[in-house]
Amino acid sequence: MAASLSPPRLLPSGDSAVTVEFSRNIDDTANQRVLALDRALAREPIDGVTETVPTYRSLLVHYNPLRIGFDALSEQLSALAGEPAPAIANARRWRIPVAYGGEHGIDLEDVAKTLDTTPDDIVARHVAGDYRVAMIGFTPGWSYLSGLEKFLHMPRRQNPRLLTPAGTVSVGGVQTGVQCLAGPSGWHLLGRTAVRTYQLHRDPIFLLEPGDRVTFARIDYKTFAEQDRAAEAGELVAELIAP
Amino acid sequence: MSKLVISSIGPASSVQDGGRLGSQRYGLTPGGAVDRLALAAANVLVGNAPFAAAVEIGPLGARLTAHQGAVRVALAGALRTADIAGRPVAFDSSMTLADGESLTLGFARGGSFSYLAIEGGIRGEPMFGSLSVNARAGLGSPYPRPLRDGDELQTIAASGAAERRIELPEVADAPIRIMLGPQDDEFGEEAKALFLDSEWKISATSDRMGYRLEGPVIKHLYDHNIVSDGTVNGSIQVPGNGVPIVLMPDRGTSGGYPKIATVISADLGRLAQIPAGRSFRFKAVSIAEAHKELRDFVKLIDALPARLRDVENFDLNLETLQDANVAGSAVNAIDAKTWHVPD
Repeated sequence: MAASLSPPRLLPSGDSAVTVEFSRNIDDTANQRVLALDRALAREPIDGVTETVPTYRSLLVHYNPLRIGFDALSEQLSALAGEPAPAIANARRWRIPVAYGGEHGIDLEDVAKTLDTTPDDIVARHVAGDYRVAMIGFTPGWSYLSGLEKFLHMPRRQNPRLLTPAGTVSVGGVQTGVQCLAGPSGWHLLGRTAVRTYQLHRDPIFLLEPGDRVTFARIDYKTFAEQDRAAEAGELVAELIAP
Repeated sequence: MSKLVISSIGPASSVQDGGRLGSQRYGLTPGGAVDRLALAAANVLVGNAPFAAAVEIGPLGARLTAHQGAVRVALAGALRTADIAGRPVAFDSSMTLADGESLTLGFARGGSFSYLAIEGGIRGEPMFGSLSVNARAGLGSPYPRPLRDGDELQTIAASGAAERRIELPEVADAPIRIMLGPQDDEFGEEAKALFLDSEWKISATSDRMGYRLEGPVIKHLYDHNIVSDGTVNGSIQVPGNGVPIVLMPDRGTSGGYPKIATVISADLGRLAQIPAGRSFRFKAVSIAEAHKELRDFVKLIDALPARLRDVENFDLNLETLQDANVAGSAVNAIDAKTWHVPD
């Protein structure tokens, strides 16, 4: 299928980074190509590339211009991006426990009303999803997941909240996500997980990698409280179900 | 061991170094000093590596006191009145605080951030290779938050080395150079021309995450929401209200607003030091020019030790300060006899 791959746009982001843009939209195929290029660069590093930042539609490649010029870098990136994406043979798969609704997910009822269904139906649909970490960004550990079923797509809130709790699991637009730290959000809050996607003094500090698969499991509030204590003490709480 | 005790310090003051790279893919912003040249100059003055951790002091004043022995420090960056036990001291110089002596710093003039480097560095536990404070992520050492009154920085006893001054090149009062993009195609020719041809000011609501610009409203061609993509230090994003924001080292690692342009690396520190209210302009340059400027900037940092001079007497020091264009009106506004800002 290599012939059908359109070349990405290479956009200089200042003098020390280049945005390799596969699409202007949220597009699953583009995200897979982003992640494939990211993996390719991890496998065959280009001298002078200092770090890569995958997002939904583009890979931001930071480089040291004293070690590699823009033209040489662009050429190598274009060549790598043109190769067909090898299938991810053994993506990790995590099960993340979530306490839905109530004070843990203050928007669940409203989301159900807006979509003309019950809160239980929203939860059933959300836990049935098979998601992929499309990108991590904004704040440490904020994991944006693709694969949200169309029924649950919702415009973001008109008025973003200035503070939402750590561990919030939410939906916004065509995405769902897990945020690690308390902070602002314009998404609809469905629940909370005790899982820390970012925790200092734990190994690993960052739990999820771009490309990891994620499913959710419903837990009750009592279990959430127990897991929250365990997570605080350094346990992962998230369950690695594959590979 | 000696320590430097923060007797008092204004907001937006924190321990910063060269920042932490390699974890932006997890949403962890690099942080680090906003003015790398000033950080490096202060560090080199006391024999530290250029990007060792130092105290980045925000626009308001500070007072630091040596305890359990003498502490040797150096000052660079935004000028301000400075004295040790009432004796005026100069910027771009090293100095030694005897045990119990205090360094008192006034408000920043002609800039926003000053750097206080400490001989031997600041003792702390690096996370991801850096002591830089990132309060939101709980990172930074010895304190994972901005500095407060009463904080203590552990360091080595002063070496007793002769004090030094450093001759830095004049800071050009030239436009801040940018490269257009990565999303300049989200803006029409008129909007781009308006961006490049207008006078801008830094809003007083700016911080280490972003500098908000005051000037004309920059309109998008299409939607102001794009799909989030990666950011860099110096990304100039334009949100829905048309007010551009220059992203600084504590930025989010991704953003969903179109980025009309990116400040070149060599000019980031100069932009960071533009005081609120002063007008400036942008100028578009090619990637080749930006890379040449970056090479020159790196050469300048590498060659800082060759710019060190002995301090022969205070008059010379004062002269250096007055000669430094960075001081500009700020120094002229200070009465050299009393070393105080006229009321």
